[in-house]
Amino acid sequence: MEKVLMKGNEALAESAMRAGCRFFFGYPITPQTELAAYMSKNMPKVGGTYLQAESEVAAINMVYGASAAGARVMTSSSSPGISLKGEGISYMAGADLPGVIINVQRGGPGLGGIQPSQSDYFQATKATGHGDFQVVVYAPSTVQEMADIAYEAFDVADKYRTPVMILADGMLGQMMEPVALPQPKDPADLPEKPWACTGHGGKRPHNVANSLYLTADALEKLNVERFQRYEAIKAAEQRAESYLADDADIVLVAFGASARVARSAVNAARAEGIKAGLVRPITLWPFPEKALEATIASAKEYLVVEMNMGQMVEDVRLCIEGRRPVEFYGRCGGVIPTPAEVLEQIRAIQGRLNDAQEKEGE
Amino acid sequence: MSESESKVVFQRPHALLPVVTNYCPGCTHGIVNRLVAETLDELDVEGSAVGVAPVGCSVMAYDFFGCDMIEAAHGRAPAVATAVKRVHPDNVVFAYQGDGDLASIGMAETVHAATRGENITVIFINNAIYGMTGGQMAPTSLPNQVTQTSPYGRDVATAGFPVRVCELLSSLDGVAYLERVTVDSPKNVRKAKKAIKRAFQNQIDKKGYSLVEVVATCPTNWGMTPQEAFEWMRENMLPYYPLGVYKDVEADGFANAAEAAAARAAACPIAQKGRE
Repeated sequence: MEKVLMKGNEALAESAMRAGCRFFFGYPITPQTELAAYMSKNMPKVGGTYLQAESEVAAINMVYGASAAGARVMTSSSSPGISLKGEGISYMAGADLPGVIINVQRGGPGLGGIQPSQSDYFQATKATGHGDFQVVVYAPSTVQEMADIAYEAFDVADKYRTPVMILADGMLGQMMEPVALPQPKDPADLPEKPWACTGHGGKRPHNVANSLYLTADALEKLNVERFQRYEAIKAAEQRAESYLADDADIVLVAFGASARVARSAVNAARAEGIKAGLVRPITLWPFPEKALEATIASAKEYLVVEMNMGQMVEDVRLCIEGRRPVEFYGRCGGVIPTPAEVLEQIRAIQGRLNDAQEKEGE
Repeated sequence: MSESESKVVFQRPHALLPVVTNYCPGCTHGIVNRLVAETLDELDVEGSAVGVAPVGCSVMAYDFFGCDMIEAAHGRAPAVATAVKRVHPDNVVFAYQGDGDLASIGMAETVHAATRGENITVIFINNAIYGMTGGQMAPTSLPNQVTQTSPYGRDVATAGFPVRVCELLSSLDGVAYLERVTVDSPKNVRKAKKAIKRAFQNQIDKKGYSLVEVVATCPTNWGMTPQEAFEWMRENMLPYYPLGVYKDVEADGFANAAEAAAARAAACPIAQKGRE
């Protein structure tokens, strides 16, 4: 397949359009700028809509409206902007409206910085907005994977009627790599949405998109039903890549940009004879528990590498349930860890494992 | 009387569902809901209409109107309506909002939908109070008006002045039509109906953004009987919020808001680019 050289942000945009997305609502913020710029340039060429909203708040509510009207729709932002979208994402979840939200993360909290970060893991997987809900969260680690996931995210969103978030970061968004783009879909060929507000034409009772239920029992029932759907997502949609993890003594767990660093460190460790491996979650929610569980037999210790102060490490510990030590190494504020730094961590763990083995042998 | 002689002269509009509303006795929402529904019937657009309900007393309007309905987050109805109209440009899209929703938390969405010239219809109920939450000060509460959160009367020195929405929006280029009406008498109800119908017809004719502000009452939270409330409204609100047309590009001789905007910017070369 023919490959083109693209920035990650552009690949997300192009692939979304190829998935049949014809509506994009956004508000400028670094480092997702190229995505919105690409949409503003290319949406008009395919009869689509690029609309620069007055705020991130307005943008996500436009996503809510376009989704309620039955369209494939997307917005993109970076960390502070995603905080503003949190309320709207909660409303989308509460009204069972699909849509794709891109977060090209930067360092925080507050205005933070504009360098790459992974400090919105908690926000994406635990508390995107108020209320009991989840969004499906993907964490690509290459430009190719950004293209593939942006394409697929719309199908997943529509299938489960849920918002889907793609958690990228400033590094992945800005870097260029060769990418094979997916086949364009005609929006006219996409499955019908009988629940959408399109005008009833006198042919059906009115459709309502809504998240308000003033009767406690009714609201509880809906939440329980939605969580049954989440169980189906957990069963079917977990994704992870295992790299040299089958026989690994030391299993690294890292996603997105930090997984690229972790992979280099694993290769360097293997070259030194250390049996290191990597589990790279591709879905952060649902968290790939199965892929992690598959490593428990051989793993002696886990090392979670993130570009934050330690967020995903909590989910890894929940999976491992105290059966093995789970260490954490992270840099934050926009600092990207180097493979050499991570290798040092691996060597230190290996040293401890060797000491323990010697003691056992005494 | 034989059947052939009987004639239905008044009935529930088709676009108003046969349900009991949550509005308080004497509330003017019911009248305006009905006027909107009559309009949808008369223009024969219920089947293509998508309404957007706000947060506030009319939050459950999605259960009252027979057309497809979307319940928006507080203040965001214009953003939601914008997107629906972009997805379905040939459908009739309207937002129905109160003063807290439209002129406080949703002011940015209101102003920007208007200035973008979104071809939508907005029905704005201004009763100078937050009704649903029990009578707090609204962006349109009058100076010295007593509410739950202005118990000594709205002190403009600390709480600032009320917002006159029609006047504010009248400066924006995307706006085709703004009229302020009330529904305190049969005559005024008929005038309000005419304005609402015009605001919907404008959308069908693709003229740009249209808003009708209805100066309304809230007997419950004002602590008055419906009759007293109308009296108070006529005495205090109408001088502050004068009834009338605040913008009408058609009456000004333009085909739509965009034409009027172009004429206004006649001396600006870049704004004329791409025009005849």
